[in-house]
Amino acid sequence: MREALLKVFRGEKDGGEYITYKVPIEEGMVVLDAIHYIQAMYAPDLAVRWNCKAAKCGSCSAEVNGRPSLMCKSRMDKFADGEEITVQPIKSFPHIKDLVSDVSWNYRANEKIPAFTPAEDADWTFYQEDIDRVQEFRKCIECFLCQDVCHVIRDHDRKDFLGPRFMVRSAGLEMHPLDTLDRTKFLKEEGGIGLCNITKCCTEVCPESIHITDNAIIPLKERVVDEFYDPIAKFFKTVFGGKKK
Amino acid sequence: MADYEIHEHDVLVIGAGGAGLRAAIEASGMGVSVGLVCKSLLGKAHTVMAEGGVAAALANVDPKDGWETHFQDTMKGGKMLNNWRMAQLHAEEAPERVRELERWGAVFDRTKNGKILQRAFGGHTYKRLCHVGDRTGLEMIRTLQDRGVHQGIKVYMECCVSRLLKDGDKIAGAFGYYREDGRFVLFKAKSIVLATGGVGKSFTVTSNSWEYTGDGHALAYDAGADLIDMEFVQFHPTGMVWPPGVRGILVTEGVRGEGGILRNKDGERFMYKYLPESTKDGFAATDEEAKTWVDAALAGTQTEARRPPELSTRDNVARAIYQEVKHGRGSPHGGVYLDISYQDPERVKKKLPSMYHQFKDLADVDITAGPMEVGPTMHYIMGGVRVDAETAATRVPGLFAAGECSGGMHGANRLGGNSLSDLIVFGKRAGAGAADYAKKMEGKPTVHDDSVKAALDEMEAPFSRPNGLNPYDIAKSLNQIMSTHVGIYREEKDLEVGIAKLEELKAQVKEVGIKGKRAFNPGWHLCRDLKNMIISSEAIARSALSRKESRGAHSRLDYEDIDEENWGHVNSAISRDGDRMKLELTPKPEMPDDLKSLFKKKEPVNA
Repeated sequence: MREALLKVFRGEKDGGEYITYKVPIEEGMVVLDAIHYIQAMYAPDLAVRWNCKAAKCGSCSAEVNGRPSLMCKSRMDKFADGEEITVQPIKSFPHIKDLVSDVSWNYRANEKIPAFTPAEDADWTFYQEDIDRVQEFRKCIECFLCQDVCHVIRDHDRKDFLGPRFMVRSAGLEMHPLDTLDRTKFLKEEGGIGLCNITKCCTEVCPESIHITDNAIIPLKERVVDEFYDPIAKFFKTVFGGKKK
Repeated sequence: MADYEIHEHDVLVIGAGGAGLRAAIEASGMGVSVGLVCKSLLGKAHTVMAEGGVAAALANVDPKDGWETHFQDTMKGGKMLNNWRMAQLHAEEAPERVRELERWGAVFDRTKNGKILQRAFGGHTYKRLCHVGDRTGLEMIRTLQDRGVHQGIKVYMECCVSRLLKDGDKIAGAFGYYREDGRFVLFKAKSIVLATGGVGKSFTVTSNSWEYTGDGHALAYDAGADLIDMEFVQFHPTGMVWPPGVRGILVTEGVRGEGGILRNKDGERFMYKYLPESTKDGFAATDEEAKTWVDAALAGTQTEARRPPELSTRDNVARAIYQEVKHGRGSPHGGVYLDISYQDPERVKKKLPSMYHQFKDLADVDITAGPMEVGPTMHYIMGGVRVDAETAATRVPGLFAAGECSGGMHGANRLGGNSLSDLIVFGKRAGAGAADYAKKMEGKPTVHDDSVKAALDEMEAPFSRPNGLNPYDIAKSLNQIMSTHVGIYREEKDLEVGIAKLEELKAQVKEVGIKGKRAFNPGWHLCRDLKNMIISSEAIARSALSRKESRGAHSRLDYEDIDEENWGHVNSAISRDGDRMKLELTPKPEMPDDLKSLFKKKEPVNA
């Protein structure tokens, strides 16, 4: 039987080390299966988050050979025979133990986003073509891999930027055909949207293939520019009053 | 005694899937203080894995639909063993609960007229499932989550409840621990809503996640509530069968709802021959008729053609697949073929995007180009904590239950799509029931120190046995027992052996041990989960042994037929009698005449 070598980060807040485990490979096996094998056979206290094992819940985020990935989607047969597979926790958030990081900041960031606010007299008729874009954003499974790879959060530790995940959520609200709120001021001032310089790393790692930069962040940036930096629009707004686009 | 932190709420909700979130939103809206405890991060609960849709008779696609038809379909699907009042409330209220989700920001797929689109599903007379492609559960949980966080609900993430605490016969709180660092926590509460989901982790092949360890079932049982209908375990007909690592992962019924065809290795469309006589009239008799129905469904037009045979109820389709495989007509990896590849590839990708990616990424199969291999996977438990239909109250004062961990709503077999609607209908009712109870209470219940100490000692015990039995080994044995002895088909002598083995396992669980510390220690968590898994498994096995007939999802090889006279009017009820599990047969609530008369008419009646 083929075997794989998994180098897994073990340790707690005060540091740790990589420990190598030998795992037999079954057909169709994914990295998360290998981690479960290690738990059952060698290390019952190996900390890992997971839920669905079907790429639907976004719990098992980790960095596999340096790449932010869902472990349940990382096939073992994608690695070369004998290649050592390194598994470490996502790095942009405080480490808790082994493969688990403290992602609670994301939940606090989410709470800041002004809620969905439909018109009181809405009759709830809207068409598929009005929501195709919004449904793309709502595919997000909150794996936070985009947050992990975002260099504003990762390298500069700028937690005044909500990060790609919450740009996507904001875009989903802003582009909902029946939402009445204007979140551009919020995105500029509290969301830190200006900090994103569209390197598209987030889009690259998204397991749901959401076009985070092109479809969510850039259109939101354009709204902010129109609202705050376009002198002609500003003039018209002053004269005729502003309203949500 | 180790330290523990203390929190106090009027209502404590345990579980943050659809039912728990909806309960918390309702209770908090009534002005009481609400705590919401979840084993995982918020938004990761099992609801997120629900795919095909939420059943509600909105009649947007089939104008003839109405709550009466939904009610009848649910009762027939449950082989009339359902709590009629729950089925009625569910059918009546589901449409409003779905519209409410839309008002809270859920974005369902649309009809051409700009209304919520509905698709066909097994056992539903009309196209009834409101959906978002094949990720309806994600839409639902995110909508409820975002609604909830703006409502001041205190969420305790990655926190497990190990015991319910009582003051006399009343609920007084709950004891548990945080997964992150293993610190202990005491919740004082006037009332508690259990919304913990199901029991799938006791089986080898299951579509369920690690959280499904029968927590609510076991907590309620320990606290003195009774568990009904536990013999009814749903095996979803279509789980992935290959490769081994993905065995059991769900393939949505939406594939069949969109026209997916089941065939055996000889290419035979075998479902025709497994349609029960009593329902045969509702299904297409030829490939041509089935095709006419699918063409009309895809075009969004009306037709007189009847549904394809693949849309029979889950119990029936699961048994059919099992039989085909058993008689040597299965696919190479022990399943059958499910084919949607005859349809336009772009449409398939649009309506079933996560199925497309699931097979492409995990099995190297392109479902737009060829068939999938599928077979039964343990998916859902119809049985659960007995509750009052109106308030979701259990027989323990202050204890409420909703969603999969409650029983009665689905009878002997659940229809697809009725679970998501169950969550929001009875989640809301449980939240209201618990808030109302808390508001009416004078004073506060007392949490007694000795019960806290007992709970704490129980959690610390596995560390005193560093060389004890490996909890993962015990879990594996449990999986084997349940899959071998309490599977799709059951038989007296098999069940008896299974129960005897469970008894041995119960003794072994007392010897499990763990090394390391309490901080995020999955092996330690499993020690505690095992207790719940074994209680719920024993309840399933004992109820299955008791019911000497085949009905819905409960199939006995030694009693192959439905026995209306002896078993049509009773529910099995499991409760705790000291250290023993007691089983009683309790009379099924009698349906009033006006509802009974619905079933006498040949054509479904509509509102």
